[in-house]
Amino acid sequence: MIIKQLTVFLENKKGRLTEVTKVLSNNKINISALSIADTADFGLLRMIVDNPEKAEEQLKSSGFAVHVNEVICMIVPDEPGGLYRALEILTNADIGIEYLYAFSSENKKASVVIRTDEVQKTIDILQENQIQLIKANQLYKL
Amino acid sequence: MIWNEYIECMERDSLQKLQGERLRKMIDRLYFNVPFYRKKLQEIGFSPGDVTSVEQLKDLPFTTKDDLRDNYPFGLFAVHQSEVVRVHASSGTTGRPTVVGYTRKDIDTWSEVMARTLTSAGANREDIVHVAYGYGLFTGGLGVHYGAEKIGATVIPISGGNTKRQIQLMKDFGSTILACTPSYSLFLAEAMLEEGLKPSDFKLRAGVFGAEPWTEEMRKEIEEKLGILAIDIYGLSEVIGPGVAAECPHKKGLHIYEDHFIPEIIDPVTLKVLPYGEIGELVFTTVTKEALPLLRYRTRDLTRLTLDKCECGRTLVRMEKCLGRSDDMLIIRGVNVFPSQIESVLLEMSETKPHYLLIVDRVNNLDTLEIWVEVDDQFFSDEIKQLENLRKKIQYNIETTLGIGAIIKLVEPKTIERSEGKAKRVIDKRKLK
Repeated sequence: MIIKQLTVFLENKKGRLTEVTKVLSNNKINISALSIADTADFGLLRMIVDNPEKAEEQLKSSGFAVHVNEVICMIVPDEPGGLYRALEILTNADIGIEYLYAFSSENKKASVVIRTDEVQKTIDILQENQIQLIKANQLYKL
Repeated sequence: MIWNEYIECMERDSLQKLQGERLRKMIDRLYFNVPFYRKKLQEIGFSPGDVTSVEQLKDLPFTTKDDLRDNYPFGLFAVHQSEVVRVHASSGTTGRPTVVGYTRKDIDTWSEVMARTLTSAGANREDIVHVAYGYGLFTGGLGVHYGAEKIGATVIPISGGNTKRQIQLMKDFGSTILACTPSYSLFLAEAMLEEGLKPSDFKLRAGVFGAEPWTEEMRKEIEEKLGILAIDIYGLSEVIGPGVAAECPHKKGLHIYEDHFIPEIIDPVTLKVLPYGEIGELVFTTVTKEALPLLRYRTRDLTRLTLDKCECGRTLVRMEKCLGRSDDMLIIRGVNVFPSQIESVLLEMSETKPHYLLIVDRVNNLDTLEIWVEVDDQFFSDEIKQLENLRKKIQYNIETTLGIGAIIKLVEPKTIERSEGKAKRVIDKRKLK
């Protein structure tokens, strides 16, 4: 249920994001999900790709600072209150959310990539409450 | 191992007394034998006999490289030319070379301090010392050579160049101590690898490296690639050559052989003596030199001194590894800033590497300092707050060390230009306007 996420440090400079996508493209690596967190000077590109090991190696050899960590991806109904029900469970269990990003897919479902301070506890709580979690290999096919 | 325990572990009081006596005799020699110094001493109202203790050093005039050039070639010699048994000279990239001379006794002094240096690196009479410093007008080769002979080691006076032969002889003769510049040792290591040789094919166990600035990272690389202990040695031909100071295996600064070379640290702008622990320009007074005694010679090298007790037992003052030149000093909002201070701050923090770039500018008549620091794979995560905290920590540490605020900019790895030794670490935009 644990999914590997790559974080790439980017200076706020023209062309840096293009460069990352170029490296991935040249190595036939597909991006399943991504988000960017930015400050005035730099940004963090977080993404889930179909071959995280190769992506890490290739980006590092191209001179990028890359960090790999673990996130969870849950499926919630793509309707009003869908995300709320899932987050309420986490809040009631006293689990803090560092950040999340979401994208909707077919069949009225939305995928939510979520990073909390306690990964395994989050998985357990969500599963106890019948929230559908997605496996890494399933996510790559989305 | 200590070569001269009597001197190297002497009580500080006794050492200062010795320095004072030697300084008094040196002033006599300068006054009577060198017109240049006689004039300078007369100008400040000093007569022979006035200087009795080492504390008076701070009132005496400085000597610069320009003084040596102006008196080219032998104008500052304090003995008749017939007493001089050897001359060395710098390459003189900026015009006239800097010429230095030695009497028989100076050569003995030099051999003594180089014997201390080699012993400090663990060498003894059983060793085979491979001297790959250049022989000739440069002081490196012959300096190490005489010291190695003095301790009774076997010397291979191979000099620089011809790397293939260096490796062949090092292997065939079983050289145990390598003496060369740090960058050449890495060049040798690469060449060994290319020939398919491993450190175990050699008997090398230690190296004495100097004559150029080098970093702790280079030391690690040398030690790993050659499988040896890498010791930093310091010297300059104006003072004597190699053998002015050397590290012991604890590698916590270089012990200065201050019974011969009295060090001081000065502020390069006000020329005032700075207390122990403060970074400034290193100045030497060569109290025992006969042919070319120099009073308060300004080395332009930046470092700081410490008297803290070293685990090796030596009581000699230690200087930190030299990483910068006083010519690199910046004055920002009236405060003296040395790029090496910023490097030390980054080195002391485990989260950063010492790759940085300083950008100094003037906005609305106020100096600004921006420091670019590279982000390292190991020390960042997927969270913004961690990077923001790192930036604040660097900012705080810089401010407490320098006494001025700086803007810290985190940049991608390898965006700051790399070069060994004299890296371009400063962009001063104020000069461009």
